[in-house]
Amino acid sequence: MNEVKCECGHVNPHGTVLCESCGKVLEEKEINKQLLDMRYEGSARRSQTYNKTIIDKIWNFFSSVKVGVWLIVLTLLASIFGTILPQVMYIPQNIPAIEHYENEYGWFGKLYYELGFHNLYSSWWYLLLIASIGVSLVICSLDRVVPLYRALKNQRVTRHEGFLRRQRLFGVSEAPQSDEVYKTITSKLGSKRYNIREENGNILAEKNRFSRWGPYINHIGLIIFLIGGMLRFVPGMYVDKTLWIREGETKAIPETDGQYYLTNNQFIVELYDKEKDGEVFEQALERAGGVVKTYQANVTLYEKEGDTIPGEQPELVKVRDDEIRVNEPLKVDGLALYQVDYKLNELHKMSFSLQDKETGDSFGDIQIDLFNPEEQYDLGNGYSVEVKSYFPDFEFDEDGEPATKSRVPNNPAFVFEMKAPDKPDGEVSFVAIQETIEPLGDNKYKMTFKGVETNNVSGLTVRKDLTLWILGLGGVIFMIGVAQGAYWNHRRIWIRRIDNKVWIAGHTNKNWHGLRRELEAVFDGTGIEVPEDQSEEGRKG
Amino acid sequence: MAELSGNLLYFAFISYLIATAFFGGAIRSKKDGEKQEGSNKWATIAIVITIIGFVAQTGYFITRWIAAGHAPVSNLFEFTTFFGMCLVGAFIFIYYIYKAPWLGVFTLPVAILIIAYASMFPREISPLIPALQSDWLHIHVTTAALGQAILAISFAAGIIYLVKAVDQTVSSKRTFWLEVIMYSIVSVIAFILVTTAFTSVNYKAEFNYIDKKGVEAVYEYHIPALIGPNKGELVTEGKFEPLIETPAIIDSKKLNTVVWSLVIGLVLYWVLRLITRKRIAALLQPLVKNINLDLVDEISYRSVLIGFPVFTLGALIFAMIWAQIAWTRFWGWDPKEVWALITWLFYAAFLHLRLSKGWHGEKSAWLAIIGFFIIMFNLIVVNLVIAGLHSYAGS
Repeated sequence: MNEVKCECGHVNPHGTVLCESCGKVLEEKEINKQLLDMRYEGSARRSQTYNKTIIDKIWNFFSSVKVGVWLIVLTLLASIFGTILPQVMYIPQNIPAIEHYENEYGWFGKLYYELGFHNLYSSWWYLLLIASIGVSLVICSLDRVVPLYRALKNQRVTRHEGFLRRQRLFGVSEAPQSDEVYKTITSKLGSKRYNIREENGNILAEKNRFSRWGPYINHIGLIIFLIGGMLRFVPGMYVDKTLWIREGETKAIPETDGQYYLTNNQFIVELYDKEKDGEVFEQALERAGGVVKTYQANVTLYEKEGDTIPGEQPELVKVRDDEIRVNEPLKVDGLALYQVDYKLNELHKMSFSLQDKETGDSFGDIQIDLFNPEEQYDLGNGYSVEVKSYFPDFEFDEDGEPATKSRVPNNPAFVFEMKAPDKPDGEVSFVAIQETIEPLGDNKYKMTFKGVETNNVSGLTVRKDLTLWILGLGGVIFMIGVAQGAYWNHRRIWIRRIDNKVWIAGHTNKNWHGLRRELEAVFDGTGIEVPEDQSEEGRKG
Repeated sequence: MAELSGNLLYFAFISYLIATAFFGGAIRSKKDGEKQEGSNKWATIAIVITIIGFVAQTGYFITRWIAAGHAPVSNLFEFTTFFGMCLVGAFIFIYYIYKAPWLGVFTLPVAILIIAYASMFPREISPLIPALQSDWLHIHVTTAALGQAILAISFAAGIIYLVKAVDQTVSSKRTFWLEVIMYSIVSVIAFILVTTAFTSVNYKAEFNYIDKKGVEAVYEYHIPALIGPNKGELVTEGKFEPLIETPAIIDSKKLNTVVWSLVIGLVLYWVLRLITRKRIAALLQPLVKNINLDLVDEISYRSVLIGFPVFTLGALIFAMIWAQIAWTRFWGWDPKEVWALITWLFYAAFLHLRLSKGWHGEKSAWLAIIGFFIIMFNLIVVNLVIAGLHSYAGS
């Protein structure tokens, strides 16, 4: 396209409003303005220049801050709706979600579910909003940063009169007679950390230009963060597994290809104790009752030695003993194991005694491991018990037949065949908790319940998240950028000698009070008047 | 140690009250037209008292930390008190940049209200549940509170801007909404008065009621029940019978407190208006007579600029790091997390509107007030009403 050649000789890209070099107003419509719009230095932004093709239109749409703000506000409003009722991941998982919402919150809950608000943050439209913000971030930044960089790089010391006159801080004074004054001014500016450039007696003092890049750097950080968030959906980057492990049990850690094993030696829930934990907490403990102090799994980590074929018992080498607590996950091989859940007093072993119903004589005890029952228990002297059937989580199914709901021994039931010297063919008895049925008629013997042993179970989350470092990088870059943009201001002061006058203009991208005070200090006692604030806000104050 | 801590807080509270009065004096003494920038004698005394109060409150914080063995930011009382302390700290900081005594007249009362509000909740030192036992407790919570406090300065500046800029000679949408803000502040005062009054007479009324799950339960009210629980039966004799009964899904006790605050707030508000025959904002207007609006706007903007990165760091980044350690994931769409995100998005929008759309002055002031409203919503409603992982902070 046509480039624009300014009278100063600099060639500007098509669409430039203010000459990159001298700042002369090149756009007709800007000429009548009292103050220049200095936001992007009047540079040629693609979005303001081209509007023909589809790509131009998309580019222009997403490069608009107005659109960006709308996207932010829409995301904000949408996010609010997701907090009215708990999201689906925080409701009990034992009944269908819709029933939960309807039972708990009535018609409103049902509507909430039907609108998809129960899982709002994973909905396609919410993700679309976030993605649009991402696109907007990229396009907005590119549209502005490149021309801005050009403009700031090409700026000359000697600026056009029209440019100076239209700055917010501007003043004309009689030129001082001696050059001493200029030396004082430059040294004062220097002591305020301004970089000074001089050209034909004109001065440009500038500082903290890097602060102008802050917004773009923080946008880069955000984009990296969003990319990190997307990578979670790439297989292998993210693992979320649950590992329930009983006391005394050894299990392979998921996602380690059977390389690592974990033994749960003990699971502890400890409450605060008024005596032991000091009297400061006394009042609080009295009011709240039991307050949990620790959830802790004492574990041993093992590594498999050598290769094993499936089904073969691996040879385990102890790596270390460890304690997994809330806030203190166990880390191994890029995985972290978190203590998140537990079950206390799960049935583990049950013992019975074989008895003569009438005399009450006992002929021996058996102890059944509810996770691994033996088929036959020999009691000696011709007495034995056979476990014909075992239902760990007993119920009657639809046909009225005994069945098991799960493999967890919540409600164990057995069909025993009891053999004795006088009953060589055996007697069959169905034994459940507090219930005995003798399906084949009256028996002589019975299995008497003697006791149970229980176990605690620790619920661990096994987590791998290879996206974390990308998210961290994005976060760090964002913080650098946002601090850079927020805590420093880009300030420039132009001093130009025209005939017997000296023209002074000042610009800052924010914090005008600071710049004004700085100018007051610089020109104090030089005989040059401090430039005045030409903006409406400035004049009012 | 715990007792010393409580006394220090009390001392700080009184100091802030006295300092407010002196800041008021600092504005008045400048009345004679000369618009001298910088400080005068009253302002110097006021800021010194503020700093003494701040030091005392820091003493409260440290002694309570020593007594408890953990940073005192683990429940609603502790967090809110700390938030008030940060607000005072942020004010002192901004004061030394801009030398603006009038900012004290509006910021310190906000801090005082926040601290008074905090002490309406259980104040005893409580032990930490396992999820809170981490160094990230003080890293995350204090940074987040500091960020919110700096952002809250823009609220005070916003109020000043509106009190001065909104024309009180005519009734308009602007005067209406400004009065709504004033009424909300009066309601907070009402809440503090009501709670303190009934606590001091030790009011207790027990109800048997049917809870959400259809089970019989007991509810103890500490202020008279205008709003009673579901199928509530008053057990304590001679106490006030509820006027209205709520369905089980609503927490009647909290609703009752809210209704009390709003009603007494309304009474106070109208008493004030009928006596003075002026809007509250109009009453405050003389205080802001000599203030340069442009400077107020700049302070408001500046505090958002300073506060936004701190808030991001504390309430999002540190929060995510801790969430990854304690809850296995850095982000879980818990209501508190979402509202932190909402706050962040709001101030991001604020900054973009200001930079690119030129929303300065009054528009910016209204936004600053909405932003503070979001922060307060996240502090109060999300903790007390919306159930989530952060709910423990409520008791």
